[in-house]
Amino acid sequence: MSEAIPISLTVNGRTHRLFVQPWHTLLQVLREQISLTGSKRGCNQGVCGACSVMIDGAVMRGCLTLAADAAGREIVTVEGLAVGGALSPVQQALLDHGAVQCGFCMPGMAVAATALLADNPSPSDAEIRDGLSGNLCRCSGYVKVVEAVRSASAGGAS
Amino acid sequence: MNDYVSPVGQGIPRLETRDKITGRAVYADDMSRPDMLVGVIVPSPHAHARITGYDVSAALALDGVAAVVTGVDIGDHKIGPFVKDETALAVGKVRYMGEPVAAVAAVDLETARQAARLIDISYEELPAVFDTDAATAADAPALHEGFADYIKVFEADSDRNAMAIIEIVEGDVDAAWERCAAIVEGSYETQAQCHTYMEPCSALAEIDSNGKITIWSSNQSVFHVQSFVADSLGLPMSKLRCVTPQVGGAFGGKMEQTVQPAAAALARATGRPVKVTLSREQDFEMIRSRHPGKVWMKTGAAADGTLLAREVRIVLDAGAYADDSPGVAGIAALFCRGPYRIENVSIESRPVYTNKLRSGAFRGFGGPQVAIAGETQIDEIADRLGMDPIDLRLKNVVLPGEEWMIGVALNKAGLSECLERVRAACGWDAKRKAVSNGSGRKRGIGLACIPHISGVLTSGAIVRILEDGTAVLNTGAVDNGQGSDTVLVQICAAALGLEVDQVSVATPDTDGSPYNWGTTASRVTYMAGRAVVAAAEDAVAQLKQRAAVMMECAEEDLELRDGGRIGIKGVPEAEIGFRDISGFSHWVAGGPVIGTNSLAYDGPDFDPKRGYLKGFPFGKIGAWIFAAQAVEVEVDEATGRIVPLKVWSAHDIGKAINPTAVEGQIQGGIVQGLGYALCEEMVWDSGRLANPSLMDYKIPGIMDVPPEIDTMLVEDPDEHGPFGAKGVGEPPIVGIAPAISNAVAHATGTRLRRLPMTPERVLRALRG
Ligand code: FES
Ligand code: FES
Repeated sequence: MSEAIPISLTVNGRTHRLFVQPWHTLLQVLREQISLTGSKRGCNQGVCGACSVMIDGAVMRGCLTLAADAAGREIVTVEGLAVGGALSPVQQALLDHGAVQCGFCMPGMAVAATALLADNPSPSDAEIRDGLSGNLCRCSGYVKVVEAVRSASAGGAS
Repeated sequence: MNDYVSPVGQGIPRLETRDKITGRAVYADDMSRPDMLVGVIVPSPHAHARITGYDVSAALALDGVAAVVTGVDIGDHKIGPFVKDETALAVGKVRYMGEPVAAVAAVDLETARQAARLIDISYEELPAVFDTDAATAADAPALHEGFADYIKVFEADSDRNAMAIIEIVEGDVDAAWERCAAIVEGSYETQAQCHTYMEPCSALAEIDSNGKITIWSSNQSVFHVQSFVADSLGLPMSKLRCVTPQVGGAFGGKMEQTVQPAAAALARATGRPVKVTLSREQDFEMIRSRHPGKVWMKTGAAADGTLLAREVRIVLDAGAYADDSPGVAGIAALFCRGPYRIENVSIESRPVYTNKLRSGAFRGFGGPQVAIAGETQIDEIADRLGMDPIDLRLKNVVLPGEEWMIGVALNKAGLSECLERVRAACGWDAKRKAVSNGSGRKRGIGLACIPHISGVLTSGAIVRILEDGTAVLNTGAVDNGQGSDTVLVQICAAALGLEVDQVSVATPDTDGSPYNWGTTASRVTYMAGRAVVAAAEDAVAQLKQRAAVMMECAEEDLELRDGGRIGIKGVPEAEIGFRDISGFSHWVAGGPVIGTNSLAYDGPDFDPKRGYLKGFPFGKIGAWIFAAQAVEVEVDEATGRIVPLKVWSAHDIGKAINPTAVEGQIQGGIVQGLGYALCEEMVWDSGRLANPSLMDYKIPGIMDVPPEIDTMLVEDPDEHGPFGAKGVGEPPIVGIAPAISNAVAHATGTRLRRLPMTPERVLRALRG
């Protein structure tokens, strides 16, 4: 085994000093080293989107990102979306619209939707679908997810 | 205090949603325990082979490895819900590629994986069979030489690798054919569908110093987990405590054993907590799928459209182990007549062993395999007779008050209304008249309707009134994400006249929960819901008994009042709150108020005088539910691509306890149905699953889903259901594929009889 490397990882505004193996993914380190288990491992192959996190504002796959590569950047996970205990508009909308069933996809979905609205505050339905096209959900059929994101957008009824 | 609104019928957000969207909800793989090890399962590299030796020394010698267990260690303890034919780790033989053969526990995943590669198992390969034709050929190898001696929970004939032969005969089909003006006949093939719950299977097991093992796992019934782990390891059930954290979807795939026995065996071997979580690839290869089906069907109708006869031969590919196959084959035999009065049927259904992944329960449970045949034949008959497909169905669907299905009395049936609602909502009459001309993109609309059940087996509930007058509900029913915790709390709160946030719901735990057979068969709202109502009524009776002592009056003079109060009938000011009653009962007299109920499905039974039923592996089933579903599609004749434009789905649900949750569950089922109809297919290259990844096994993404899915709830309260409710879990998936096939036929005149209807298959069919 090669030497663990020291990194500092800034997650949801908090900086953690850690030793990681060079091949450790960000998802693995979040879940196993700093107990942030909100980001889910649905496939570990970059397909399902359950591990989505924001790195410097862009949605990235936690399972495809090496922890060492995320060092020194601003990482936001699902645990960082609610500020001061209040749900973010996206989270509130997912709740209100009953979009969440088993919830396993939802951390990734909520992160992707948050990034989408940060980029494009008033997306069309087609843009919402496009923005969430990297996130698989097996329970909801996506209908209520789109409704929720639409209502959380600047143009949506709030 | 009169502003109380009953929680039943309110589309409130699910109780656990806040935890789920903030990342706080705990699923099995999110858990860890002090000193915990990680377990990895070693799969069989062969589809059929005798195990001739094990060498685990290199694995054990690896630094960080705590234990290796094999079939030799756990012993030949067979498990299986219908036929006890498999062991948690292979013993003697392996029968599919991917079958668990050994398990290893180590300090971390990397070490465990490395150790798994070092485990050296020798095999002697045996001839294997990969489809039901080969498995039933005269010279086919027997997968289970000891089949005759296996323990079975039902009686049926068997034949070579066909583990059961289920027969249903009513009337006389041969005589009926002569009276038919239209007869259609065809063969249909359906594929293996993977449940693809987003959460791969996971279990964490921990053993205490008395040898009692606690297992937290993703499952559909803690009681099933307790029973199959006990059986598989030869332990008394009292040595197991099974608990369910949040579950990331199941759909039938987690109804029987997954990785719990391996985790428990490793915990027992090491004395330390062990967590086993499958990779997505192993989850595909190791767990279970929907049965591939081959169905031959013949249906006949009189000139006026009255369905007279149907004959069906069903062969389901069960894979290497029986699992829920006899049940699925039985339900397929029952449902293949569709929701119709057909007086003459002759049905045979056979689940057949092959050297592939076991097939098991999957939403629809035998319904989808036969619906594609049955519901497209109805359209073909309509076509032959020049009738509208909905008119033909309306003429034949079972009506409330009728007897059907081997003489079962049907008290309620909202199917006619489902059909009428869909017809109106989708603009059926106009759209069916519009004929696509020329070539290019053609539009069509098609429909299907289907029956299902929501009453089967047993459930219980405990409603305990806490010292302050709030309540805790315990049913042991696992919420797989469909929202049963919320719905059961709504039912409980309404039955007690409390608010939802005054009722807490207990985590399913075999040490404390009453029995619930499982979150399966669309049964939790109906069965557990009934138990909850009855347990709440029991609690109310006890509250009245205590209140009568406190108020010095007769129990009969008391009534339950909204907001958690008991009062004297006709005297509005004479009342007492739950808090005071509960305080009195806890500290003075009467004892804590604990309402309980326990029930088994008790609806009307089959009538042996009305038909012949042989090999059917269930006792009473019922609480029938129905659905009508229409899909409008566009077929691209150049590419063969079918694009679903809009779906309409009407469901006979009795009463929506939580309309938002019901709608969401229906939408999700429809989208799984779209996947089944259009793209999902597990493909084997002889014994090897060729597409065990989400990349190669495609489930619908958000771009594949039509922008609009119109769900309609037909509410005609069931007389026994909790507040009139029946189940809804499975029907939404079942009618989608036949509705699409019918829509394609409407658009192009071409019939598709094989699923999924991929562009290649569509093109081939279009080109004749
Ligand atoms: S776990 Fe990263 S994309 Fe699936
Ligand atoms: S809610 Fe279950 S996977 Fe999306």
